[in-house]
Amino acid sequence: MTIPLLLFFICAILAVVGAVSLILAREPIHSALSLILVMIALAVLYLLLGAEFIAAVQIIVYAGAVMVLFVFVIMLLNAGAEERTNWSRIALWVGVPLGFFLLLECAHWLYGSPAGAAIGTGSAAATPGISTAALSEQLFTNYLFPFEATSILILIAILGAMVLARRDE
Amino acid sequence: MGFITEHPVLVVSLVKIAVLLFIVMTALAYLTWFERKVVARIQSRWGPYYVGAHGLLQPLADGLKFLFKEDLTPPAADRFVYLLAPFIALSLALTAIALIPFGPPGIRVLGQPVFVVSNIDIGLLFVFAITSMGVYGVALAGWSSNSKYPLLGSLRSSAQMISYEVSLTLSVVGVLLLAGSLDFNQIISGQSGYYWHFLPRWHVWLQIVGFLCYITAAIAETNRIPFDLPEAETELVAGFHTEYSSFKFAMFFMAEYANMITVSCLATILFFGGWLSPFPDSWHWQLYLPAAGLLALAAYCAWDTVTEMRGIARLQFAVVTMLALVGGLICLLPQVQVVIIGPFWFVTKVLAFLFFYVWIRGTLPRFRYDQLMSFGWKLLLPVSLANLVITALLIVVRHG
Repeated sequence: MTIPLLLFFICAILAVVGAVSLILAREPIHSALSLILVMIALAVLYLLLGAEFIAAVQIIVYAGAVMVLFVFVIMLLNAGAEERTNWSRIALWVGVPLGFFLLLECAHWLYGSPAGAAIGTGSAAATPGISTAALSEQLFTNYLFPFEATSILILIAILGAMVLARRDE
Repeated sequence: MGFITEHPVLVVSLVKIAVLLFIVMTALAYLTWFERKVVARIQSRWGPYYVGAHGLLQPLADGLKFLFKEDLTPPAADRFVYLLAPFIALSLALTAIALIPFGPPGIRVLGQPVFVVSNIDIGLLFVFAITSMGVYGVALAGWSSNSKYPLLGSLRSSAQMISYEVSLTLSVVGVLLLAGSLDFNQIISGQSGYYWHFLPRWHVWLQIVGFLCYITAAIAETNRIPFDLPEAETELVAGFHTEYSSFKFAMFFMAEYANMITVSCLATILFFGGWLSPFPDSWHWQLYLPAAGLLALAAYCAWDTVTEMRGIARLQFAVVTMLALVGGLICLLPQVQVVIIGPFWFVTKVLAFLFFYVWIRGTLPRFRYDQLMSFGWKLLLPVSLANLVITALLIVVRHG
């Protein structure tokens, strides 16, 4: 077993374990930590695919900024453990099988689709030549409009948040 | 042997990690000694003096003391997170150092560069990715202690680190625009050459505003005086690590010093030409500088051993003298000179920054919390943004 393959399995398992514990944890802060684990594991998977820039941005934006705010808010509100309702029977007998069915369906679709076939033969791996410079060139030439539109959208969101926060004065 | 030749990357990387970890851990220990000595000198005291000659064994004694202290966990603490927080803080602080190149990439063993553990295209982005998660160690430590002072300390510190991280990142974008790369090696080699044949072409001259913003934000990011509000003793006991004792406290302590080393290394790379020499290449005598420095140290130690030291301290200092002498003589070998000169300049510049850190600590009082916030958001952030815009404009004007 080669080292990249070993790393893939470790990170894939970590991501799944993190995702499951995100849902099952009772303390909000444990859920937040699990989500951070999922994001870091995903970043390592991106690295294994040769997408270094995406991996770094994944960590900076999601693990480093978004989740810090989550943790910060949980700390500020001092949110306690969730109250458990008894598992409803419908969730147990219908929800869990349906979840597995959805997973199976995704796997089946991926197996049959051209994307899945490309993953199987290894031809879907990111081209190693894609550098940060090439990516930014694409971003500022071919995809300039969506890029700028997103920026303006984010600016509007920031201003909106400020206006809403100052409403009382 | 067969395994080594088959997996050169793996073997060389593991050796480099082990060596770097040993060097960094030793450097962390002696950084505390250095800091205490310099602050003592600023305050007209002696500093550590009794454990070993000139207090040189003090870090060792401190480490042993930490090991023998009782390891307390508050009964109301969230045990898992309480245990996790120091590990997050220390491991992130040490991981960032793996990306720092201490010498030129041309010097290789088994085809692998010797002076960097992992060189990737976007080294700078990765260092920021790792340091941006450093806030978790502080935030989780305060929260999981379930106690009022740690919680207040970690809330303050999270807010401070989030605020100053924005300025920190923006202040180096000017350098990136000049260098046109996120790769440390390219950023450094882009600074070779001289203005008017004597002034090295370092980014600090064109990016002086960016550098001042960087160093201010970096001191705030590492929670050092004058921005050490998270652990303001007069108000918060010890801030986020109030409830920590024994080796868990030592881990936070080491993480803080490791972060200091990381930001000093980054400042050296981004603004002061990394391992490049400040003198023109034609000055060949600079190859003898590392040896000359070590031999001068040996001479001083020898004089001190003979005149000042008594008893066991004399023996200890004789050993230090011998080490400096042997090191100096090895550095005289021509083969060693070429290899050692890059790391020599890098370490010298980093040491200068660390001295600056300690100097600041010995000189400035602490900010008030509202001053800290308004300084970060109303002065530092606009200035670094303006620096970025002006740099970008000038580059466009010059290159069309």
